[in-house]
Amino acid sequence: MNARFDVLVVGAGPAGIAAAVRASENGRRVGLVDDNPAPGGQIWRKGAPQPEAARSWLTRLDASGAQRLQGWRVFDAPQPGLLLAERSGFGADECAELRFGKLILATGARERFLPFPGWTLPNVMGVGGLDALVRGGLPIAGKRVLVAGTGPLLLAVAAELTERGAHVVGLCEQASLPQLIPLGLQLLKQPGKLLQGARLRFSSRNVPMFTGCWPVEAKGRDKLESVVVQRGTRHWEIACDYLACGFHLVPNLELPMLLGCRIDQGFVTADDLQQTSIANVYCAGEPTGIGGVERAIFEGQIAGLAATGRTEEARRLGRTRPAMQSFARALDRACALNPELRNLPHDGTFVCRCEDVPLAALREHRSWREAKLLSRCGMGPCQGRICGAATTFLFGWTPDSIRPPLLPARMSSLSACGAAGDSLQQPKETR
Amino acid sequence: MPDAAEALTLTLNGEALRVAPGTTVAAALLLAASHARISVTGEPRAPLCGMGICYECRVTINGIPHQKSCQILCQPGMDVRTP
Repeated sequence: MNARFDVLVVGAGPAGIAAAVRASENGRRVGLVDDNPAPGGQIWRKGAPQPEAARSWLTRLDASGAQRLQGWRVFDAPQPGLLLAERSGFGADECAELRFGKLILATGARERFLPFPGWTLPNVMGVGGLDALVRGGLPIAGKRVLVAGTGPLLLAVAAELTERGAHVVGLCEQASLPQLIPLGLQLLKQPGKLLQGARLRFSSRNVPMFTGCWPVEAKGRDKLESVVVQRGTRHWEIACDYLACGFHLVPNLELPMLLGCRIDQGFVTADDLQQTSIANVYCAGEPTGIGGVERAIFEGQIAGLAATGRTEEARRLGRTRPAMQSFARALDRACALNPELRNLPHDGTFVCRCEDVPLAALREHRSWREAKLLSRCGMGPCQGRICGAATTFLFGWTPDSIRPPLLPARMSSLSACGAAGDSLQQPKETR
Repeated sequence: MPDAAEALTLTLNGEALRVAPGTTVAAALLLAASHARISVTGEPRAPLCGMGICYECRVTINGIPHQKSCQILCQPGMDVRTP
C-alpha cells in the first residue's frame, strides 16, 4: 500500500487524535497511523467507561476525515518525507509506504519496569499492562490484585479494578508521603484533576495503601502466588493472583531518535509550536515530557494547527502552557525513584527478559553499547524497550544510537519496501 | 463466561476456547491459564506490558510465529499455538 498525506500523525492516543482532528479542519489530507486495533492509545483504550474528553475527541476524529491506519507499525524512516509501516494480515501481510509533507510524532509513553526477583513469573505485569488486558477481556472479578510501583496510574488502576469487582489487596507506592505532597498542592490548583483524584480514592477506599513501600520478590511455582513487600525495615508477604507493577512512564523515543530529533534529558526537544529540531517534524504529548492527558491534547492541538500553517491560533492556545508544565514537573518529582530500588535485582535476576541476561552479567560493563555487544542485553525482540529504562536507572546507561528496523519486521516487508530507499545499512548517531 | 449468543470460538493448541467479541488473544491466553512463550533459558512467560512493547506475549497465530497477542483481537476459528 502507498499513501501520501499533507500531514501524517504517528500514534492515535490523545495527542495524536487531537493533532489529526485539528490538522484535518481545513481540508488537508491527514493520515493517523497507530499500532493498536483501535484509536485511543493506552489511556483511552476501549473496554472501559470512557471519560467525557475521550468520547468527545473520538467523535471528532470520526467526523474529521482523517484516514486511520490502525494496526500498522512504523518500522523505518528511510528518507525525509517517508515512513515505512507493516501490519499482520494473517496471510496477507502488508507493507505501506507513507509519504508526508509534515509529520507529527505522538508516540506516547510506556511503563518503566524495574527488575526484582520473580518479576518474570506469569501474572506479574505492568499496572497499565493489567489494565489493558482487563479492558481486552480478561475477567478480573474476584481476583486478588496487588498494585505497586509509582505514579498516578496506580490509584487509577486500583480504582478501576475495584469497580470491576477485583479484590485489590494492597497499593504500594515507592514514593514517600513527603515526596507526594507537592503534587497534591498542584492538584489544588486544578479542580478537575483534584475531583478525579478524589473519585478514584473513593472507589478504592477499602484498599490498604502504603507509601515508601515496594515489592522485593514475587513468588510462585509456574505463576505468581504471593509477593514480598518492603516498607522501611519491615517485610511481609501478600498472597495474590496478579501483581500489577510499573514505575511511572518513559517516553517512546525510538522513532524521534531515528529521525534525528534532538533529545534533551530523555525527552524530545520541541518549541512553542511543537516543532522539533528536524524540519517538518513536530512532536506532541508524552515524548516531550510526561504530563498526562490534558497536556497531551493541548500539545496535539498545537502541533495540528502549526503543521497546517495556523501559527497564530496555535500561539493563542499555547498561553495555558505554564500550568501544564508545572504539573508535569511536580509529577516528575513525585515519581522520582528511591535509590534503594537499585538493590531490588539480585545477581541472578534477569534484567533483560528477551535474552535472559542476569544482573551479574551486566555489572562489568561500562555502557549500554558494551553491555549489548558482550552480554546480549537489549538485543532481543523488544530491542531494549523494557531493560533499557531499567539499566538507565540501575547503571546510568543511555542508548547512543538507533537503527532500523525499529522493531522486528517481516522479511517480506523489508524486501517489499526496499525499493523505497534503503536506510537499513546506516545506523544513525543521535548524540 | 461470555453470553452464548455473542461468544466466538477459537482454538488454543487445538482446544476450543470461547471468548467474548473484543477479547485480545493475550487476554484469552490468561483466561485459559496458558503461558505465551518459553524464554531462552526455559521459563514460561506471559504478557507483561499489554501494549505491544515487550514481546513477552508473542504466540503463533494461524501458522505465523511471533505475533504480539496483546495487539490482536480473537477471531472466530483463529488457531493460536504456544510452545
